[in-house]
Amino acid sequence: MAQAPTEKVIYNRAGQRVVSPDYLLFEAPRTKHFMTGSEVVKEAVKRSSVDASVSYPITPQSEAAHLIGELWVEGYVGVYFRGESEFGVMSEIAGCAMAGARCITTTSGPGTLRAVENFPMWAGSRLPIQLILMVRGINSPLTIQPDNLEVAFLLDTGCMIWYAENAQDLFDMIIAGFVVAEKPEVHVPLITVVDGFFVSHTREAVMLPPDDIALPPYDPYKAPMPVIDAEVPPGRFLRDPFIMKSNYVSYATHTSWQFEVRAAIERSRPYAKHYLRGLIEEFGDPEAEIVFVACGTAAAQSKEAVRLLEDEGIKAKVVKLKTIRPFPVEELVNATKNAKIIFVPEFNVVGWLEREVRRYLYKRSNADIIGTPRVAGGMTMPPEVIVKEVLKILGKEVKHVI
Amino acid sequence: MMRKRLNIRMPALGGQGAVTAAHIIATAADYEGYYAISNPFFGAEKRMAPAESYARIGIEPIFDRGEVVYPDIIMVFHPQVITMGKSYTIPFYSGIKRNGLIIINSEEDLLTEEDKEYLKSLEVKVLNFNATKFAIDIAGTELATNMAMIGAFFGAVGVVSMEAIEEGIKSRFLKKFVASGGTAALDSAVERKFKKKLELIQKNLDTAKAAYEMAQRWAQEQGLEPFLPPPPKKALVQ
Repeated sequence: MAQAPTEKVIYNRAGQRVVSPDYLLFEAPRTKHFMTGSEVVKEAVKRSSVDASVSYPITPQSEAAHLIGELWVEGYVGVYFRGESEFGVMSEIAGCAMAGARCITTTSGPGTLRAVENFPMWAGSRLPIQLILMVRGINSPLTIQPDNLEVAFLLDTGCMIWYAENAQDLFDMIIAGFVVAEKPEVHVPLITVVDGFFVSHTREAVMLPPDDIALPPYDPYKAPMPVIDAEVPPGRFLRDPFIMKSNYVSYATHTSWQFEVRAAIERSRPYAKHYLRGLIEEFGDPEAEIVFVACGTAAAQSKEAVRLLEDEGIKAKVVKLKTIRPFPVEELVNATKNAKIIFVPEFNVVGWLEREVRRYLYKRSNADIIGTPRVAGGMTMPPEVIVKEVLKILGKEVKHVI
Repeated sequence: MMRKRLNIRMPALGGQGAVTAAHIIATAADYEGYYAISNPFFGAEKRMAPAESYARIGIEPIFDRGEVVYPDIIMVFHPQVITMGKSYTIPFYSGIKRNGLIIINSEEDLLTEEDKEYLKSLEVKVLNFNATKFAIDIAGTELATNMAMIGAFFGAVGVVSMEAIEEGIKSRFLKKFVASGGTAALDSAVERKFKKKLELIQKNLDTAKAAYEMAQRWAQEQGLEPFLPPPPKKALVQ
């Protein structure tokens, strides 16, 4: 928001000048910094006028949670405390959101699964909480390494799901996330996913706007659900009594409410398109017949593979999905118009993204959809391995990969 | 064909500062004007258990992240990586690329005849030097071993200036103090701590510099060319 001289300048609780989301994301001058994904979470939260955050330690998100705590010490976050478990954290952050606070929290892997009952509750209560999910493998056997199987459990919780590729994506998505999730006609939770270690612990260059400007504070009175009234107990968050009855009115209410949550996710499309500059990103030869559809680090590795394939004289491209819920159906159909083979590389054993791609491209693409390469348990996906898979499937000679 | 990218793998033991080393290497390369990225990889580690970190430096934007499976450079921080197999990959040089470089923190020759033959077939150069001795002699503590390794790496590959390395080291250790508003505002306790910190940084810099010069001479003797073309951009780290 370029401030006209007559316009009143507004400051948030931390004394930062309040600017429009468009100014913060697109117009403010940016400077280069060199930092980790965890540190970039702090930078994004610092510029988001956040009211509350609850934390609980689990690798690889502990550092990000800790750094949000530093922001509370510095006066940028209104309330910050440690929950007694991930289930406690997700319940307590729901309480904060019901009271009208802009909320953010973080978790990983086993922590996510411990907390999972709360995510559909957040969605059903129409709470625009942002969860930063730094994915890690799920027990057992134990691993602390990146593996995004946990996302498969979250696909139908009624939360929006975005997927960041790197620290820059993560920074921009966190800020855009609050804006989109808090639109009155959206107003559902957002799970912003990022790969643990590959992003959280990786140090890279990011462009940041100044830290003396921030998002406008959240206005809970624009919410589709009334803010909890702590002065008039009991504070009810849902009109629950009639839903508890066994009759057709209650069944219909439950059903329509569930549909409404999903419809709210659909209504986020135009906002997400604007603030994320599109729901997908394309890299490589636009006309290529070999297409990688991927998100997160799998997209990053595929971009490197596209470069290596180019050296082999093979044209390829990457379609990076920035949002999983809502799923960018039309964008994907358009981007794969010329595709003969679609590869879906993934960091998990089940291939949840391959399932999604098959489901949405059913009868809308003639391409072969191949769920490979797939690595899990924390394994790296070297671009050389992606290239090897592609060459094998094209029936070309696989030379030594180096 | 000239390289566009340097992939660096650092097998080390928990507590040796390989994670810090990777971050400093990437920060210094970024300062010099290269694209750079670094990341550690570890389990629920403890001291003396295997830990690895990685850095990538290049002349075009780098997307690749995670473990370096096909390294150009391997920096062995501790002899036990080789002698006791404290490495994520066996042998520790698995995946090394043609014309690569291995820097080993040991004066002793730890490689078998078989190792040497394989590395020779790929024209991989090996630099043996006692980084821990550099650290003890110059910084007065073996904790500066990682600084000697950083110095040796940059000296051997010849693409990043000592000035950028200093910047990388300072930005790693000085950040907190700069963020809190400069030395003038610090109370005496913090000031004492800060002074101690500056002394430590100087010792670290001296260690890195000595190893840098040693490796530079070694690279000249070996007739090594710089490992990368000049940096594509000159941009300051904030």
